[in-house]
Amino acid sequence: MRARVLVRPKAGILDPQGKAVERALPALGFEGATNVRVGRLVELDVADPGDLPAMCEKLLANPLIEDYEIVA
Amino acid sequence: MKTGIVRFPGSCDEVDALEAASRVGEAVLLWHADRDLQGVDAVVVPGGFSYGDYLRPGAIARFSPVMEAVAAFAAEGGLVLGICNGFQVLCEAGLLPGALLPNTGLRFVCRQVECVVVNERTPFTRGCGAAERLSVPIKHTTGRYHAPEVVLEGMEAHGQIVLRYAPGRNPNGSERDIAGVCSEQGNVLGLMPHPEHAVDVLRGSDDGLRLFASMREHVDAARAVA
Amino acid sequence: MSPSPTATRAAYRELGLTDSEYELICAKLGREPNGVELAMFSLMWSEHCAYKHSRKLLGRLPTEGRHVVMGPGENAGAVDVGGDLAVAFKVESHNHPSAVEPFQGAATGVGGILRDVFAIGARPIAVLDSLRFGEPAASARSRFLLDRAVAGIGHYGNSIGVPTVGGEVYFEAPYEQNCLVNAMCVGVAPRERLVRSAAAGPGNVLVLMGASTGRDGIGGASVLASAELDEADEAKRPSVQIGDPFEEKKLLECCLELLERGALVALQDLGAAGLTSSSAEMASKGGVGLEIDLARVPVREPGMEPFEIMVSESQERMLGVVEPARVDEVMAVCARWEVGAAAIGEVTSGGRLRVRRGDEVVGDLPVAALVDECPLYDLAPEPPASSPYPAPAATLDEDASLRDVLLALLASPNLASRRPLFERYDCLVQSRTVRRPAQSDAAVLALPDAGGLALSIDGNGRRVACDPYRGTVEAVLECAANLACAGAEPLGLTNCLNFGNPEKPHIAWQLERAVAGMADVCRALDVPVVGGNVSLYNEGVEGPIDPTPVVGMVGRLPDVARAGRLGFVREGDGVALVGPPYPPSLAGSELAKLRGEPLPDHLGEWDLEAVIDAIAAVAEAVREGWVVSAHDVAEGGLAVALAECCLGGGIGAQIDTGRADDPLALLFGEGPGRFVVSGSADGLEALSRRVEVLPCGTVGGQRLSIGVEPAQVDVLLDDLRQVHEGGLAAFMA
Repeated sequence: MRARVLVRPKAGILDPQGKAVERALPALGFEGATNVRVGRLVELDVADPGDLPAMCEKLLANPLIEDYEIVA
Repeated sequence: MKTGIVRFPGSCDEVDALEAASRVGEAVLLWHADRDLQGVDAVVVPGGFSYGDYLRPGAIARFSPVMEAVAAFAAEGGLVLGICNGFQVLCEAGLLPGALLPNTGLRFVCRQVECVVVNERTPFTRGCGAAERLSVPIKHTTGRYHAPEVVLEGMEAHGQIVLRYAPGRNPNGSERDIAGVCSEQGNVLGLMPHPEHAVDVLRGSDDGLRLFASMREHVDAARAVA
Repeated sequence: MSPSPTATRAAYRELGLTDSEYELICAKLGREPNGVELAMFSLMWSEHCAYKHSRKLLGRLPTEGRHVVMGPGENAGAVDVGGDLAVAFKVESHNHPSAVEPFQGAATGVGGILRDVFAIGARPIAVLDSLRFGEPAASARSRFLLDRAVAGIGHYGNSIGVPTVGGEVYFEAPYEQNCLVNAMCVGVAPRERLVRSAAAGPGNVLVLMGASTGRDGIGGASVLASAELDEADEAKRPSVQIGDPFEEKKLLECCLELLERGALVALQDLGAAGLTSSSAEMASKGGVGLEIDLARVPVREPGMEPFEIMVSESQERMLGVVEPARVDEVMAVCARWEVGAAAIGEVTSGGRLRVRRGDEVVGDLPVAALVDECPLYDLAPEPPASSPYPAPAATLDEDASLRDVLLALLASPNLASRRPLFERYDCLVQSRTVRRPAQSDAAVLALPDAGGLALSIDGNGRRVACDPYRGTVEAVLECAANLACAGAEPLGLTNCLNFGNPEKPHIAWQLERAVAGMADVCRALDVPVVGGNVSLYNEGVEGPIDPTPVVGMVGRLPDVARAGRLGFVREGDGVALVGPPYPPSLAGSELAKLRGEPLPDHLGEWDLEAVIDAIAAVAEAVREGWVVSAHDVAEGGLAVALAECCLGGGIGAQIDTGRADDPLALLFGEGPGRFVVSGSADGLEALSRRVEVLPCGTVGGQRLSIGVEPAQVDVLLDDLRQVHEGGLAAFMA
């Protein structure tokens, strides 16, 4: 099955990429965008979706600094 | 002393570390796919971009066969020094607390920095004076040290903060100006500055040699006791 | 021969071939080419591969010398540096790809030039780059291109573990549409281990190593490199090549190990025109044929057409020739480095390049026609009636004080500190760097003996636009002067000629005059040109770029412990000006630019022999230890050079230049062959016995004071530092 894992910086961790995007948007005329966080998307085919949490904990995310969300 | 320098695909500073370690003893390269540490007295996990730094710096390298052996070596009290990417690998592997995040400036920075020796009683800093300043270069994009507040407090209490950037010189936004930390037992050190690039005044500084000389002293002293 | 699409008139024109070139191809084949063959011809007969508008001119450059080990024609040139070591180097452009996608364009530019150097068996030990953009203050696009190109260079060089030790960047309006990204790589190898790219030995196996082949950069060489850029840039984006430095790092280590084992007969990188040009050139150099089976080429996407595989510019690929008995060994080494490898064909006798897909022959061409028989064109040079370049926008008042002029120059994008750029490059990896950026006029790397290499890359398009001949001579002299300040003498030179459309008479004139100047000054300096690259058709809708010959030079110094520094060192040292006593001129200077003056059609006068003698004297002075600092007077003139010496050493100076009829010209005039040096009284005395020296002051304090009777400039070091450090940083936020 095709799975998607969203990985994003943990709440409270400084995200300079998010800050940079947040600063850039008004410069392009887009006002009112706040709380930008930049993460990454991992797409994969898995035989057993039950493995996904362990995959995330061990490799796809670093739980110390990142949250992950498994999207079916 | 015999030092083993790990070589991953994508390592860049392994030959530099080999040359630096050779100044205080014998040094060999350890291939990432081998579990045999060749009887070394100390291991250096060097700088570079192991596995292209893909996913997260250090995330893939920590699962290589050689790192299994390095973890076992560290558990037995062996000296392990992680420099830059090596520091990232050791954090990912759980051999050191915390994690390295992208610099607040988001850019790669290559710069000579001043570091203060905060704990001169580790096997890696025993040859340094208290609060001694070392001139050593940094060169990284992902060097902002982070650990949860409660962990940082514990590390301070246990003397695990070994090096800090000199006041006002923090190049990457590291919490508490942290440049290098050690394990609770003190035998694993990770640092973002590159001591192997500060071993010759002709090339800018030889302050980094202190770390390699300290390791040698430690190994020699341990041998004398045995 | 399989049925194939008929090569229509529209197709070959679209691919950049002229009617007469197409007819010539048909005559050589005795038939019309099929689609695959036409694609191959269009690439091999493009300006990029065939140098059809420049080859005749390039023959004028001196290419021989006592240090030359490998001259033009190989992947990179090489010179002997003693101790059985050879140093290989080359500069190449990646201008058009960088204008389309600056990060990947610059990154793959670095990747490509690295492959050129390790293709001849040398380990890359340094990268330098030469960049040109439009005015950053006026153009958001130029700021974007600058930031992304620098990021791309750093990304590739840093990740692969090759230090970026030097470079240069200038900003001029004519580069607004068409930026320049030139990268130079320097490598080192035991002399006897250098390999050539000539395929040899019928029956030997062709092994394609590295990344798999995708649809990247299809049509890149003929479309991207040969057409003027226009509004259609956006549509070209999908064909951008993506660089993977991790893949190349493995490929580099793998190839060097294979060469060390002696397992390769020949090696060639896949650059522009991919498999087509690499295979055709290897066959041509060896006087052999090749047979390639495209079914055996590892591809990244399903359904790739034969012509797509033949012209793909997927990065990080090398083609090796291996004796059959050693194929297994080669495959094993590749596997250990996790490098893909596939035997895709073999060397044949008979001089034909045959391309199959399985049993189906999809192309069969004579190698000589592809590689050596592209028609070469004569240029029709004619000087322009008036300068095609508009006057720069004025940014400085006519009546600004000398102090304000100095500060404005130091803050200007062309002269401000490059720290915000070079701090993004690893200049230290491989542990050879004795002089980092901004420590000396040239980068200095230690060699295994006590000696070292000095490296510099230079060009000044605006001055070449004023006077193509003299401007080019000055660029080469500047490069030699930079080496001299480090204490080195030049061994060899590589160049990248960045010009507009050579089919236009005034561009042809610029090119012809520039090559003439380069040939003359290289002969006078006794420096051979061992390799290089030509990048033509650099034009945007508003006109051509400034003609920009970029020169990279490699020199040797006997003792790196005595490598020169540019910054003042010791309180109390004397300061002196070295150089021939011609009057400095404001024509074509940075000050003239800030004042918005139109480009003049001439530059200030100088005497070539006197300049070369001054350069040699400074190199000697540094090596002998007569001086403790040396810095050449370049853009911005004497006052800017003095300020740079102060900032470089963190120490001030009190200077008195005596009386001047024209203080502006004395302080800010430009021209080759002048240097600011500092040293002890005895040292400067020794130097004065060698060359004309004008003692002019003392090192010390925390301010720079320059007396030019009846005027006086007096600035605190902190004020100098603030404008100098902030000039470019302001555009890099």
